[in-house]
Amino acid sequence: MTARDLIPIAVLTILAALLPLVVTSSPVLNFLVFMLIVALGAQGWNILGGFGGQFSFGHAAFFGTGAYVTAILQLRYGVNAWAGLVLATAAGGVVGWAIGFLSFRSGLRGSYFALVTLAFAEVFRILANAASFTGGAAGLLIKLDVRAANLQFDDRAVFYWLVLAFVAAVLLLTRWIQRSRFGAQLVAVRENEDAAKALGVDSLKVKLRAIALSGAVTALSGCLYAQYFLYIDANIAYGSWISVELLLAPIIGGVGTVFGPVVGALTLHGLGEVAKQFAGRIPGIDLIVFGGVLVLAVAFARGGILGLLERLRDRGRGIMARGPKEVSHAGR
Amino acid sequence: MYSPQIILEASLNGLMTGAVYALIALGLTLIYGVLHIINFAHGALLTCAMFAVWIAWAVLGMDPYLAILPLVPLMFALGYGLQRFVIGPASHGDDGNILLVTLGLSIVLENVLLALFQSDTRTLDTDYSFQVVALGPLLLSYPRLIGLGVAVVVTGLLWLVLNRTDTGKAIRAVAKEKLGANLVGIDVPHVYAVTFGLGCACLAVAAGLLMPTFYVNPRIGGAFVLVAFTVVVLGGMGSIPGALLGGLFIGVVESLCGLFLGDSLGQIGIFLIFIAVLLVRPTGLFGAKA
Repeated sequence: MTARDLIPIAVLTILAALLPLVVTSSPVLNFLVFMLIVALGAQGWNILGGFGGQFSFGHAAFFGTGAYVTAILQLRYGVNAWAGLVLATAAGGVVGWAIGFLSFRSGLRGSYFALVTLAFAEVFRILANAASFTGGAAGLLIKLDVRAANLQFDDRAVFYWLVLAFVAAVLLLTRWIQRSRFGAQLVAVRENEDAAKALGVDSLKVKLRAIALSGAVTALSGCLYAQYFLYIDANIAYGSWISVELLLAPIIGGVGTVFGPVVGALTLHGLGEVAKQFAGRIPGIDLIVFGGVLVLAVAFARGGILGLLERLRDRGRGIMARGPKEVSHAGR
Repeated sequence: MYSPQIILEASLNGLMTGAVYALIALGLTLIYGVLHIINFAHGALLTCAMFAVWIAWAVLGMDPYLAILPLVPLMFALGYGLQRFVIGPASHGDDGNILLVTLGLSIVLENVLLALFQSDTRTLDTDYSFQVVALGPLLLSYPRLIGLGVAVVVTGLLWLVLNRTDTGKAIRAVAKEKLGANLVGIDVPHVYAVTFGLGCACLAVAAGLLMPTFYVNPRIGGAFVLVAFTVVVLGGMGSIPGALLGGLFIGVVESLCGLFLGDSLGQIGIFLIFIAVLLVRPTGLFGAKA
């Protein structure tokens, strides 16, 4: 990685970190924290779905695992919350590896992989909803005890900075993946798995590594969710809503790009809030917007918002280089 | 232990529920077999049909079985329009895109229904909702028995349409070889849309059969769509007899799991079968090729 890779990440992180100094209202900070948690989980999805081309429809399996592991460790075994965070992240990696091992070894690709991940998430949801160990349908309540050692802060801004730090770390991780040999192999598997294999890429190993990393990052976001809202149940942690959120953000923002998931999460939730302001009390209005944006993005903006921006920039450069006449010609 | 009679009754009940699963899966497998896409909006479209049946009953006082008759062409038209004007153009013919477009559609449909009807659960009652038919020592629910009969008839009709009509021939031709079908003058986008419409028409029948004994709320489709995916994968993607047999089988499995494991775990058997089939034999039990 070079300085050119690092500077945009550093600048954006610092700018985002200054935000709580300007904005102090709790609802806005709540919104920002939630959005960053979604962005973090979506970054996890993007490692597997964006760079690896394996579209998961069940990332809730990892999000929920992160949330439940940290909650159960604290409640039932009195484990420290920070240690719980580390273990929850590791658990997400293990679950990711296991699901990947089962499905990739059987050669599942494309729609089949999407379906099997969906089914795994559903199995987890039903189990967590039924077992008393996971609190059953009543869910789990993490005890309110505001101390930094418990990963609970009375200032929302501190939690915001914490999540932001993780988002920035994963931005760096993603940039590293993009520049690394592993990333190149992953993209090769995405573009043409058979060709990649023929060139000596161990595609199973590469995909397993990607899904384990992806699961770990998404589990981390689930753990932070549990820690911020202090309550989870099966339909929150393993619900299909989160699978959809984590997939929408990268696709809207720019699939397989470093900043795509963050841009997508910001755009979606920004639009969702605007829709709520306009439409008032209509339930589900933000989701109607999400679904509509997804269809529009697939129809008109392949590569998401970042892809669209890049195309506009290229066109702008083209105009300067060749003059407007030729561009309109080429456009036809 | 459970007496054999309870187990037999549960199995028969499962068989009857399974018939409706089969109908839902029939639409899904038809769309998969021809368009080679997984239609994530299938569940939301079923919810639409169920609400339509409910409205026909609540506003017009129409019998749910009677409501199937006008609803079939309506759902066909909706499906035709969606494929022709939304899914087809938006997805540029790429499988991954179709998956995403239908997912987007399902989110929109589900939440439009939520905005219109709130999240309340609605039921309708008819004179025959709780009627039973005695079969020797067994008591079978009358509306569910009708469901089983109609599902078998509709499967047969669909099979006839595909195998004995020109439209069916065109559909099969497109399913086998899109380019070749195009070359001999078949309007491929039209056939795609017709297929999607037929799939949705199956949902209209399923909705009419479900409503006398079931309830509807904006999220209900999700529960069915995963079951339908399981049936389709089990029966072999694109196989019509596979969908019928798979549906009946899954119905029995769900019913027995519910009996032995309790209601909250009843569906787990379905998903475990789903995962196992995907992992071991993704072509399904009746599927010719992946």
